[in-house]
Amino acid sequence: MRPLEIAFWAATLLPFVVAPSYLALASQVAITALFALSLDLILGYAGIVSLGHAAYFGFGAYTAGLLSKHYFGEPLTGLVLAAIAAGLLGYVTSHVIVRFRHLALIMLTLGLGLLLAEAANSASWLTGGADGLQGVKIAPLLGFKFDLYGRTAYAYSLAMLFLLFLVARRIIHSPFGLALRGIRENATRMPAIGAPSLAHLRKVYTIAATLAGAAGALLTQTTSTVSLEVLSFARSADVLVILILGGAGRLYGGIVGAIIYLVARDQFASMNPQYWYFWVGLLLVAVVLLLPNGILGGLSALYKRAE
Amino acid sequence: MLSTKGLNKRFGSLVVAQDIALELPPGVRYALIGPNGAGKTTLFNGITGIFPPTTGRVIFQDHEITGAKPHQVATLGIARTFQNIRLFEYMSALDNVRLGQHCRMHAKLWDSLFKTPLERREERRVTDNAIELLKFVGIERYTHTYARNLPYGSQRRLEIARALATNPALLLLDEPAAGFTPQEKVELMGLVHKIVDNGVTVFLIEHDMKVVMGVSRRIVVLDHGEKIAEGTPEQVRNDQRVIEAYLGKQH
Repeated sequence: MRPLEIAFWAATLLPFVVAPSYLALASQVAITALFALSLDLILGYAGIVSLGHAAYFGFGAYTAGLLSKHYFGEPLTGLVLAAIAAGLLGYVTSHVIVRFRHLALIMLTLGLGLLLAEAANSASWLTGGADGLQGVKIAPLLGFKFDLYGRTAYAYSLAMLFLLFLVARRIIHSPFGLALRGIRENATRMPAIGAPSLAHLRKVYTIAATLAGAAGALLTQTTSTVSLEVLSFARSADVLVILILGGAGRLYGGIVGAIIYLVARDQFASMNPQYWYFWVGLLLVAVVLLLPNGILGGLSALYKRAE
Repeated sequence: MLSTKGLNKRFGSLVVAQDIALELPPGVRYALIGPNGAGKTTLFNGITGIFPPTTGRVIFQDHEITGAKPHQVATLGIARTFQNIRLFEYMSALDNVRLGQHCRMHAKLWDSLFKTPLERREERRVTDNAIELLKFVGIERYTHTYARNLPYGSQRRLEIARALATNPALLLLDEPAAGFTPQEKVELMGLVHKIVDNGVTVFLIEHDMKVVMGVSRRIVVLDHGEKIAEGTPEQVRNDQRVIEAYLGKQH
């Protein structure tokens, strides 16, 4: 890891000291960052635009919720199983999704997301429908109870984010990651150098779905509730906005985007409870106009110019 | 090394290749020529599996590759470049060539996650190889430059390096000298000779007769999807049907 990266991760520990009353928010940020990271794997590195990525987040969230309600409340096993379940869903759907690009892909992922959201809504015997899933009980994590202040929640979410970030980083810097960038640049030419594009795309889509499922499970476990909102279109759209805000294809883009978006939303909402979405919109327009490659893209351009 | 038997390609009712029979022995520099629309690139596409032939067979080193997928053909040892340069534009020259070795790598995703010795060794080998290949085609000074920012001639060389990275036995070059200055053409001929000296059989499409005569031992001529001549440069130059195909019949 480079010094700047070490500094960044060290700084993620600051909320414990500096803002102990904001740990619940910090935990939301870490979970959203993980979700955005999973989207970055397919959007930033493989060029798959998705408007339905919440499908896997929500699937992981409900799996974790149902596991704790009906079987056991131990969080780590629940997280792993929920991630695997979302990964399986990703693997199955990837067979259709990787065959399309551009507009067809956007429509397809959008449709898939809506389909799953509606299915969860109508299967209220299983999911609790619009009332949300009742009776989620999460056992202490390695002996630490999930406290009201969110200390355990943030420590847990942050640790998982860091761990899965390292996994994503290894993947990106592997030959497989290099092949993905090749596919993003020119999918039709990859077979000419002996790389089966579709098989690679299916693989990365499955990995991304797994990470999204892990993020969803974290949300369930740290908040002890699951509502239909985890599958909503708004969540798919938000994560896309967050990634573009931070800068796609840079691994850290989703994390930076999540910090700025959620903190800004929190601040705007307390300053101006009625019209806070106006300020969020303004922020987005400003970033897209001034920094077309996201905040990290802009920073890296500045840095290059300074050199 | 490579042979085609009765190769036909039709797009609907349009016949673009008719009964093409080829026989390429290893180690020979072969050229494919013909007027525009003669079916030269179609033949390349048929061999490499991009547009599989309608009927007929393609055999490469005793493997039947008719209808094989492009990535399988590449893995078996046929590499190609394209008439319109298609590089990975927003990747460095080095990464373009590293990526070219993709089908020769053995480390699985698992190895990458745990940085196994296999993956470390392979990573080093792939990077060393890529630098070597950039030197081989003479563009090592652009190692870390985005492919799209390379001068035109160097982009063509990079495409050749990327094709060579798949470690092919047969290299198909589709108009490698298109748009080159006379000086660049001379250098390209030198490069083709160097590639053949390294044991790679080269089969190229080219319009510039000086280049064709300069690099190839045997020439195949196509016209309207049919093979109309084959032989040494001398023979082809004096072939009546070839002269007619290029210049028209004398009245």
